[in-house]
Amino acid sequence: MRSKQSVRIANGAQTPVAQIPRLDYDTFADAVLAEFDSGSRVAAYFAAPETDGRLELYAVMARERHANFALFRTPLGERFQSLTPNCPQLHLFEREIAEQFGVIPEGHPWLKPVRFHASWRTGHDAWGRDPEAHPRPGDMEFYQVEGDGIHEVAVGPVHAGVIEPGHFRFQCHGEQVLHLEISLGYQHRGLERLLVGGPHPAGDRQMETIAGDTTVAHMTAYSKVLEGLAGQPAPPRAQAIRALGLELERLANHVGDIGALSGDVGFLPTAAFCGRLRGDYLNLTALLCGSRFGRGLVRPGGVGFDLDGGLDRQLLATLDGVQANTLGACRLFFATPSVLGRLEGVGRVSRSTAEDLGLVGLAARACGVPRDGRFFFPTGVYKESFDEMITDELGDVFARARVRHREIEVSLSLTRRLLAALPDGEIARPLGQLAPDSLALSLVEGWRGEVAHVAITGGDGRFRRYKIVDPSFHNWSGLAMALRGTQISDFPLCNKSFNLSYCGFDL
Amino acid sequence: MLRVIAERLRQGYQTGQFPLVEPQLSPRFRGLPELTPECPPGCAECVSRCPFGACDLQEGALALDLGRCLFCADCPACPQGFIHFTPDYRLAVRNRELLWRQPAKGLNLAWPLAPEPRRLFGRSLKLRQVSAGGCNACEADCNVLGTLVFDLGRFGIQFVASPRHADGLLVTGPVSANMHQALLATYEATPAPKLVIAVGACAIGGGPFRGSPEVASGLDSLLPVDLFVPGCPPHPYTILDGLLRLLGRRKTG
Repeated sequence: MRSKQSVRIANGAQTPVAQIPRLDYDTFADAVLAEFDSGSRVAAYFAAPETDGRLELYAVMARERHANFALFRTPLGERFQSLTPNCPQLHLFEREIAEQFGVIPEGHPWLKPVRFHASWRTGHDAWGRDPEAHPRPGDMEFYQVEGDGIHEVAVGPVHAGVIEPGHFRFQCHGEQVLHLEISLGYQHRGLERLLVGGPHPAGDRQMETIAGDTTVAHMTAYSKVLEGLAGQPAPPRAQAIRALGLELERLANHVGDIGALSGDVGFLPTAAFCGRLRGDYLNLTALLCGSRFGRGLVRPGGVGFDLDGGLDRQLLATLDGVQANTLGACRLFFATPSVLGRLEGVGRVSRSTAEDLGLVGLAARACGVPRDGRFFFPTGVYKESFDEMITDELGDVFARARVRHREIEVSLSLTRRLLAALPDGEIARPLGQLAPDSLALSLVEGWRGEVAHVAITGGDGRFRRYKIVDPSFHNWSGLAMALRGTQISDFPLCNKSFNLSYCGFDL
Repeated sequence: MLRVIAERLRQGYQTGQFPLVEPQLSPRFRGLPELTPECPPGCAECVSRCPFGACDLQEGALALDLGRCLFCADCPACPQGFIHFTPDYRLAVRNRELLWRQPAKGLNLAWPLAPEPRRLFGRSLKLRQVSAGGCNACEADCNVLGTLVFDLGRFGIQFVASPRHADGLLVTGPVSANMHQALLATYEATPAPKLVIAVGACAIGGGPFRGSPEVASGLDSLLPVDLFVPGCPPHPYTILDGLLRLLGRRKTG
C-alpha cells in the first residue's frame, strides 16, 4: 500500500517527478506520520512552485534502516493543517514554508519568521507585513516568562567574539535559564532564490560559501545532485579525494572546537595547541587545492586537483607530526580533572528530545542517537572504508567533546587509509545534460552533521527549486533545549559544544 | 601541572617569524592574479565570462578587479588561460580604485596612515569584528590571527568585545539587509577617530552573492573604508600584511 504513496530512492539518485504520486493532503499527512512512526525522520521538507505557479509540498524522509529516502508530495493551497503538533521536528520546516511562500500552517504552535525576508510570492505574507518594506530582523513576539524575580537577557546580533551574528533571548530566574529563544536570519543572503533557474556559473562559489567552514561538504552535496541528474557518478579517484577533503574538514573543525571548549573553561594549554593545530589541518587542505577551506577542490563531475608528484606521501609525512600533537593536546584536555568537572552534566539534551527535534550529526550522536550519513547512507569510498560511527550517552557538553575526540581518531585513521590506497584513474568527467522534470537528492555527512541538498528540474533541465538543509537547521533547537535549567554563565560553553552555523541556517 | 609542562615541551615553540621571515605557503596557493602579456588587446571575452564581474574595461583597457575576484581555481574568465595567479599573498590596498589591476602594472599596496592616526593607533590598535553575512571563512581567518602562530598581540593589535573599546571595525560578509542596521549601529558606537577595514570579496563588493537583493554592493557605499583586503577568503597573512602596512610596520614593496 505504502509503495503506492511514495517513491524510494538512494543517496545521490534521481527520479522523474511524475513518478512521485501526488497525494491529497490528508493522505500525505497520514503517510508522512506513518513514516515517522516507523522510525524515519525528515531530511528535507519544502514547498516548490510547479510550472503553472501552483505550490506543491515535498517531504524527503530519511530511512536509516533501509539506506534510502521516501519521497512524498501533495498540492498546497493557501493554508494547510500543521503537522508540527504530532511531529515536532517539522516545526522549522513549516515555518520556513510559511515565510517563503506566504502559506499558513494552521495550528502551528510557534509560527514565527525564520529568516526575516519578504515572501517569494509578492502579496502573500504569512504575517501580513508591508510588502514594500524589508522585514526587520527579530521583529516577532518572543516567548516570555513572567513572575517575581524573572528577568530577560538579550544578546546579539553582534556578539563579543569574532563570530557570526544572531540574537539570543534568555528568560532567567536569578542565574538559572528557564528558556532560551534563538532568533536568526541576520546572515540571510537570499541564496535559494539565486539558485532558481540554475545551475548558474556563479553556483559553484555560492555553494562553497553556504557555510564557509563546511565548503567541501556542501560542494560535494551539490556536485552529487548534479551528477545524479546527469546520471554520471564521479570517478572513483575523485570520490576518494572528496572523502579526503571531507575528513580534513572534519579534523580541522573538531580540533578547533576542542581548543575553543578548552579556552572557554580556562584551560589554556589545549586551547593554544588546538588553535594552532586547526590551522595545520587547514594547511593540509591548502596543500591539496591551494585554499585552506577547500575552495576549488570539489567540482561537479569530479575534483579540481589531483594528488600527483608525491603529494600523497607529502601529506602523510606532514600528518605524522600533526597527528602526534593533536592526540597529545586532546589527551591533556581529557586527563585534567578541572576540565572534566566543567564539562560533565552541563547542557544536557536527552535522547528523546534529540529524537523528537530530529537532531543530526555529532549533537545527535552525543545523545546516543545513531545518525551518521557515512554509515547509513554511504556513497563512494565510505561504502567500504567506514564502519566506526561514534556515539555517546549523556548528551552533555562532555559527551559532545568526547564524540569529537573519538571522531578525530577515526578521521585520522581514515585519512591515512585513503592516502595509502587512492584508486587510479581520472579525477573528473565533464557532465552531460541534466535530466528534465526530475528530483535528485544527496546527503553528505559534514563535520557538524548531514548536509542535504535536493534539486527539482523543470522541462529545460534547469533548477525549478533547489533546497539546502544545513545540519544547523535541525540543531539550533537542540542548543535552546540544552540551556534549560543551566546557568546563564554556561551559555558560551554550551554554544561552543554545538558550534552551529549561522549562515548555513540563514542561507 | 607536570603533564602540561611535558606536553608544552613536546609541542615546542611554534610562533612564526613573520614579518622578518616570509611565510611558506602551499605551492598551489592562488595569490595576486594577473593578465599575462599574451592577453591580446581588443579581446574582452572575460568581461562577460567572469560570473562575478571581476573583469571590466577601465578607460578602454582591460582590467582585473581584485575586489570582485574570488581567486577561483577553475577561473572561467579566460578560456585561453591568460589570467593566472601568482604566489604573491600581499594584496591589501587603501582605495577601492586601486584594486583594479591592469596588465603589467604593479599593485599599489596599502600605504601607512597619516601621522596623527598613526601616532594614535600605530602601537595599539583595537578592532571590533563585525560579520555581516560572512560565511565564517573570513571570520575564521581573522580569528586564527589570534593563535600563537601569528600572535597578533605582539603587534599591539587585538580584537575586542565591544565597539566602545575599539579603534575601528573589521567587517566581513556582503552586508546582508538584515545586518545593515546593526552594522551602522556598531559603527556609531565606536568612538572617533575610527578605522574601517573591509576583509574579503563579500565585504568589498558582494562576492559570490553580488546582485542578490538581500546584500549590499560594497561596504564602501555604506561606510568610509580605510583598508581593502581582497580574497575569498584572504589568507591570514594577507590580512596581517594589510594591517601592518596600515600601521606603517611593513617595509614598502
